[in-house]
Amino acid sequence: MNIYVLVKRTFDTEEKIVVSGGHIQEDGAEFIINPYDEYAIEEAIQVRDAHGGEVTVITMGDEEAEKQLRTALAMGADKAVLINTEDVEDLDQFSAAHILAEYLKDKEADLILAGNVAIDGGSGQVGPRVAELLGINYVTTITNLEINGDTVAIKRDVEGDTEELETKLPLLVTAQQGLNEPRYPSLPGIMKAKKKPLEELELDDLDIDEDDVEAKTETVEIYLPPKKEAGKVLQGDLQDQVKELVGLLRTEAKVI
Amino acid sequence: MSQAVKGGAFLIEDLTADRVFTPEDFSDEQKMIAKTTEDYVKNSVLPVVENLEHHEFEHSVRLLKEAGELGLLAADIPEEYDGLGLDKVSSALIAEKMSVAGGFSITHGAHVGIGSLPIVLFGNEEQKKKYLPYSATAEKIFAYALTEPGSGSDALGAKTSAKLNAAGTHYVLNGEKQWITNAGFADVFVVYAKIDGEQFTAFIVEKDFPGVSVGAEEKKMGIKSSSTRTLILEDAEVPVENLLGEVGRGHVIAFNILNIGRYKLGVGTVGGAKRALELSISYANQRQQFKTPLSSFNLTKQKLATMASKLYATESLIYRTVGYFEDRMNELSEEAQKDGKEIAAAIAEYAIECSINKVVGSEVLDYIADEAVQLHGGYGFMQEYEVERIYRDSRINRIFEGTNEINRMIVPGTFLKKAMKGELPLLQQAMKLQEELLMMMPEEVGDEPLAKEKVLVKNAKKIGLLAAGLAAQRFGAKLDAEQEVLVNIANIANNVFAMESALLRSEKALEKVGAEKAAQKILYTEIYCQEAFEEIEKYAKDTLLAAVDGDNQRMMLSALRKLTRNTPYNLVTKKREASVKLIDAEKYVV
Repeated sequence: MNIYVLVKRTFDTEEKIVVSGGHIQEDGAEFIINPYDEYAIEEAIQVRDAHGGEVTVITMGDEEAEKQLRTALAMGADKAVLINTEDVEDLDQFSAAHILAEYLKDKEADLILAGNVAIDGGSGQVGPRVAELLGINYVTTITNLEINGDTVAIKRDVEGDTEELETKLPLLVTAQQGLNEPRYPSLPGIMKAKKKPLEELELDDLDIDEDDVEAKTETVEIYLPPKKEAGKVLQGDLQDQVKELVGLLRTEAKVI
Repeated sequence: MSQAVKGGAFLIEDLTADRVFTPEDFSDEQKMIAKTTEDYVKNSVLPVVENLEHHEFEHSVRLLKEAGELGLLAADIPEEYDGLGLDKVSSALIAEKMSVAGGFSITHGAHVGIGSLPIVLFGNEEQKKKYLPYSATAEKIFAYALTEPGSGSDALGAKTSAKLNAAGTHYVLNGEKQWITNAGFADVFVVYAKIDGEQFTAFIVEKDFPGVSVGAEEKKMGIKSSSTRTLILEDAEVPVENLLGEVGRGHVIAFNILNIGRYKLGVGTVGGAKRALELSISYANQRQQFKTPLSSFNLTKQKLATMASKLYATESLIYRTVGYFEDRMNELSEEAQKDGKEIAAAIAEYAIECSINKVVGSEVLDYIADEAVQLHGGYGFMQEYEVERIYRDSRINRIFEGTNEINRMIVPGTFLKKAMKGELPLLQQAMKLQEELLMMMPEEVGDEPLAKEKVLVKNAKKIGLLAAGLAAQRFGAKLDAEQEVLVNIANIANNVFAMESALLRSEKALEKVGAEKAAQKILYTEIYCQEAFEEIEKYAKDTLLAAVDGDNQRMMLSALRKLTRNTPYNLVTKKREASVKLIDAEKYVV
């Protein structure tokens, strides 16, 4: 089976976000594989081990992203591809999906896995957009995957409930927490990863013109959420409390 | 890779920053190995720490097997025996990250380190083939049995005896080995015994050999998550092929395994200290008194900065030593790497550094663990808080693998031995220095970053030489008995090595990333060097007073004053400055 995993390099979840000059400061920050993409990688490895085939992990970014690809290889992926987008100024979900789809269009992928969302941008759009561009089925936020021939039984998370459905390969799925427990790279895996192929491609190699993948959205402002302030406990008769609450909602919070 | 540095040379020679290995030089693979170890400890070990603390050792065995599957037991085992044969840095990183697991890290360390390494380094082909693959997977668990009720520091005073049986097929061992880590579940023990009561020799002893048993679990102050029992040998029958190394040469194995144990212990203290500091900072940020987070009080800032600067120096000196070993091992040919004697010589080369790693590491960890409890106030005294366990677990480090007192004796003792053998030009340099001192002029210190620290390190080395030289002149062959003086000299050496390691690491970073990005490292170095230098001054003065009299004493004291003349920083502001990043990051950052 020909399996591809779309991976994004993101801030470490424990990293403090610092905004300065309208940009998120990346200096000295630790980066990781987007945690939802880790579920996707783990699932890909399990599918390969059960059904045979090959797992290729793909990411976009600069050379720094090689580290995340090596980690995926150390977990057990077979090949990695870095599409270098260092020179492209603005990328958004449209651009990413376009570039990835261009790469994937002639690969005859049976199964493509991605994270449900990236913890940084959080759009959840790239996976479905890629499937749309490739003209294949897709299912988002999956928590279970069973493949039988080219029939695929899936459980997906719908706002806390579970939906069961059946579809066919070729297919793109996005992984939700609970799909599996991602392994950590073993030491032999880490040593082997050094020798596994990691291909680096430029947009030119994919015959993509920078203008064609220019972002369709514009980031107007980046700011941190307001600091959480101490709450207020209302006291007195219930009736008075309600009156006070409504008053505060009107005058202070201005939500009604 | 750089050419290997001579052991102990730091007191006499200067090294350029590009010759030292620093944590900034970790490769991506090494970082990945560290991360896997961290994740394993966090997700697999820490959830059952309470069970381990209550001696539910079935978890230890299970956890070791799991570590085996991840390759965390195979770093030091060559590939031909189903190991990974990793570099020394990777192996050190595993030990550092593992130490967060408290007593379980002792279980792990005893298994991969003192338990298995004697076979890795000194075993013959059959022994390696027979045992090492089981060590890598934890199918068999390994332990090390040297100490006896009557012989601790005096290891060669062991009473356990071995006698060849009449058929010549087995050695019959009798005796008791005390405080044996992993004894509760170990399958294989490296045991030292004297053949015919005389020839100190190592043996590989399996639990199932006739006459081998273990005593009851010890009740300890700390590292309760590890098993400690007595190994009892009553006419224990050990096949002759299980003799390890050579008859009567057990001390070579014992001393070199001790050296490695010391160095690995030092590595472990770095991990433990980082954890204690991280817990302290995050608690100080959370806990409010007088409506103010503790971390906003200046005294807290001072404490955190002092802890971090000591940790920085320790981490620097330990990874510098790891780099020494890596270089030295890489210089050995493949054949030499299989030759116990060559390996022993390579390890023994750094006996001084190993002892310093052990002493400085264990004392800095103890200091940081103690301050961590203090910063937690009453909560730090409560068992629900991790620092309570860290404090208890820390204490043994100053005792095992040779007490810090014994290790302090080793430092000047080995220096002098190397000098006598002509390996280090200690005495020549000391003589030259005494002449130089008579006409010494105070040096102009530039104002570029670290300029002052360079002068402090240079003068600290001279002070060390002066003290060691005068002590050697005065007491000669009887210096052994002047333990108070020896300890002073050891303390100077410890501080010189730590200061210089911090300095070289910061210099290396400064060259690479510039003053702004190396600012935190430079701050730590300034703080540490100033405080360590002040201690050196005191140790040197005590040594001079004990080693020289009369006019000569006055002259030497005046020389010391010249060497210690400097314009110190206001450390109050330096420490407040250094605390900012720590408090912000809520962990040890450089």
